[in-house]
Amino acid sequence: MNLISDILFWVFSVAAVVTGLLVFITDSMVRAAYWLMASFVAVGGILMILDAQFLGLILILMMAGEMTIMAIFMVMFMMNPAGLNPMTMVHQHRTSIVAGAGAFVALAAVGLLAEFPDRPVPPGVDPTVDLGVELLGESMLIFESAGVALLAVMIGAVALVSKRGRYGIAEEGSEEPSLEMSEE
Amino acid sequence: MSLEALLVVSAALFGVGVYGALSQQSFVMIMMGLELMLNGAILAVVAFWWGSTGGNPEGQLLAVVVLAVMAIEAAIGFALVANVYRVRKADISEKLRRLRH
Repeated sequence: MNLISDILFWVFSVAAVVTGLLVFITDSMVRAAYWLMASFVAVGGILMILDAQFLGLILILMMAGEMTIMAIFMVMFMMNPAGLNPMTMVHQHRTSIVAGAGAFVALAAVGLLAEFPDRPVPPGVDPTVDLGVELLGESMLIFESAGVALLAVMIGAVALVSKRGRYGIAEEGSEEPSLEMSEE
Repeated sequence: MSLEALLVVSAALFGVGVYGALSQQSFVMIMMGLELMLNGAILAVVAFWWGSTGGNPEGQLLAVVVLAVMAIEAAIGFALVANVYRVRKADISEKLRRLRH
């Protein structure tokens, strides 16, 4: 069992990183969206190996929806969504490679050199039950705050994409009405 | 499988995300880079919960918060892409010269 989970972990890890790289290598933007989804599915698999079944599944479910929307956005807004022409839409390429490699080396060094407490999940614990009790018990305020934040984001997103500004058509430029009462 | 290996994998995902977010011109591709960085972050959070907290459910709660951040980033990002396309007809960051310093 241990060996199988080890092998699965390495397979998922390599898959997550390689598909993550393919997102920025492939010519087709729609394919890039689905490569990113593959990366999320691989990370979800790792989470499930780590006994966080609920988080792994919810990550995969969320990303399946989000990447589909992303693919639709590509087709709607972007040039060359299907990769009919080779795509090299990059800027400051060398700086980006240095920054990405630097971030990897620094974070990996922290992971390898720093000492973390060795307290694994004790046997007999059901992480999903624990998370449910925590979400609807002591940490309900955090959970509810996330919900309220998402509601605010939905309102903000609708306001951003709406053609009409707050006080009139957005393109024409609009002024807020004056606060003084008009005299009849 | 150890905490160190998990942290190295999450660092690799974060590094690839940094590269993508800085190098891509298309807005949606930049968002993909940000998502990949958050992907690494959520893996690191769950790895710490698994290896260092003794199964404390608050570690998983932090991962749920990261998931909420992911959803918020995507929703606001898509709204901004739609807005900037309608107002400025821009689909890559080079077309937004007014935002330059």
